[in-house]
Amino acid sequence: MSRTTPRRTASSGALRPVPARAGIGLKGPHVAEIVATAPDLGFFEVHAENYMGAGGPPHRWLEAVAARYALSVHGVGMNIGAPGPLDRAHLQRLKTVVERYRPGLVSEHLAWSSHGEAFYNDLLPLPLNETTLCAVTDHVREVEDVLGRRILIENPSTYVAFDATAMPEVEFLGRLAEATGCGLLLDVNNAYVSATNHGFDADDYIDTFPVEHVGEIHIAGHAPDIDDAGRPLLVDAHDRAVAEAVWTLLGRTLARTGPLPVLIERDNDVPPLAALLAEAARADLAIVTATAGRPALQGGAEDARLFG
Amino acid sequence: MRDYSADFAVPLLDPGAAVPPGVVGGTRRFGVYRNNVVVGLVEALADAYPIVRTLVGEEFFRAAARLFVLDNPPKSPVMLDYGVGFAEFLEDFEPAERLTYLADVARIERAALDAYHAADAEPLAIATLAAIDPDRLEAVRLVPHPAARVLATRHGAAAVWRAHTDPGSAGPVRAEGDADLVIVRPDADVAAHVLPAGALILFAMLAEGNTLGMAAAAADEVAGFDLQAALVALFAAGAFAAIAET
Repeated sequence: MSRTTPRRTASSGALRPVPARAGIGLKGPHVAEIVATAPDLGFFEVHAENYMGAGGPPHRWLEAVAARYALSVHGVGMNIGAPGPLDRAHLQRLKTVVERYRPGLVSEHLAWSSHGEAFYNDLLPLPLNETTLCAVTDHVREVEDVLGRRILIENPSTYVAFDATAMPEVEFLGRLAEATGCGLLLDVNNAYVSATNHGFDADDYIDTFPVEHVGEIHIAGHAPDIDDAGRPLLVDAHDRAVAEAVWTLLGRTLARTGPLPVLIERDNDVPPLAALLAEAARADLAIVTATAGRPALQGGAEDARLFG
Repeated sequence: MRDYSADFAVPLLDPGAAVPPGVVGGTRRFGVYRNNVVVGLVEALADAYPIVRTLVGEEFFRAAARLFVLDNPPKSPVMLDYGVGFAEFLEDFEPAERLTYLADVARIERAALDAYHAADAEPLAIATLAAIDPDRLEAVRLVPHPAARVLATRHGAAAVWRAHTDPGSAGPVRAEGDADLVIVRPDADVAAHVLPAGALILFAMLAEGNTLGMAAAAADEVAGFDLQAALVALFAAGAFAAIAET
């Protein structure tokens, strides 16, 4: 297998819709093998911020992958859940990445990550109430206006609660989608992690989630811990295989949503590509079995049409 | 409503601080965020400075990196740029005092990483310079290649860096003590080359937009400077991308 960096290629400019199949995150250690062996996968997802360098091998590899596969761009630094204004320079950087690769899906998080001068490199929580809904609505509108397309907003894993929270997360996300026209990225592992951490029922969360807005699903592995009171505390670590309970919850989710793109997220202790392909195959099976005979609600194809 | 992000952010980088007001769940739960932030930033430094990490060992690196990140969180969500200033931190870091080359190894790693992510461009061939009327050479301006950066290194840092770099890549083969380096990425691979006397000043002056005549005059202050040798070395490395006659 060749590990030589691909030659620079002119972007085709073609937008490839993300199909209702399993995809995986594109990781540096796998990229040469992926380009050489072209595994059968629905799509690849990349973190937008990793492609905000001006040039170099990362872009050449991603161009080689994007020439063959549908692409989803997942931002981790837009700070949409912050009370203050968005970082306009960073929004322009996101626009540059989106225009360069014209991904089938673009997503961000219901979270914040910067305050003042500092960027904390983590998805930090916010209280959910009318005030924050108003600010997040403005932020999502601004991102969609500048990008000229619809984005998906992901439900977070959270470890703490806020006195100032006055609204369930599913209501907050549903109203955000109604107000902005944005889609939602339903992270089933995050739902399971937050349900465990805050003592609510994960099945109820899935059953009441505004699935008509969902354009993509994430699943990942989580790490078990305990809190000060000795109660279970799950951490969204992305460092191991997807838990059985999350696979079960994925089936319940897909039965409600119909077929959608499902991403296997793995960011730490990244295993050989074959291990992720096996999890992707299981997700493909879940999509087929849970949704047999059902049409897709929406997803990548609709986003493609909405591309300005 | 209070600014929840201000309340939440401050104790993230202060291990002794209390859980912020209005946050429910206790120390261990808040500690998940604290740990994510600090460990994530330490990991980012470990990825950016793999040779420094090898030189000092895992435990030393993590302890030093932790101190750095608590005082120097990123200023941008683009983590490719994180860690600028780590070399200066190491220079003043007392436990590393005897590793005189360490800070300069960090500077080389930083320059190599920045070159890796720099814009792509075709390097300019020296034949372009040869084609210019010799009378007009002094007025020429040379535009640096986007990946090219020069670095004065001391204490054998270039040789230490070279010894820990992929043997397949090009790099300085003779750099026992002080060495001026040019770090380049003419195509896919980053390389480092040792520069002859004065070439570093010549490049730095050109990079500031000075004419070749002005740059050569500044470089001529360096003992042993030879304009032709300096230009040949810089061009051979792929340090320029364009030429402008004024």
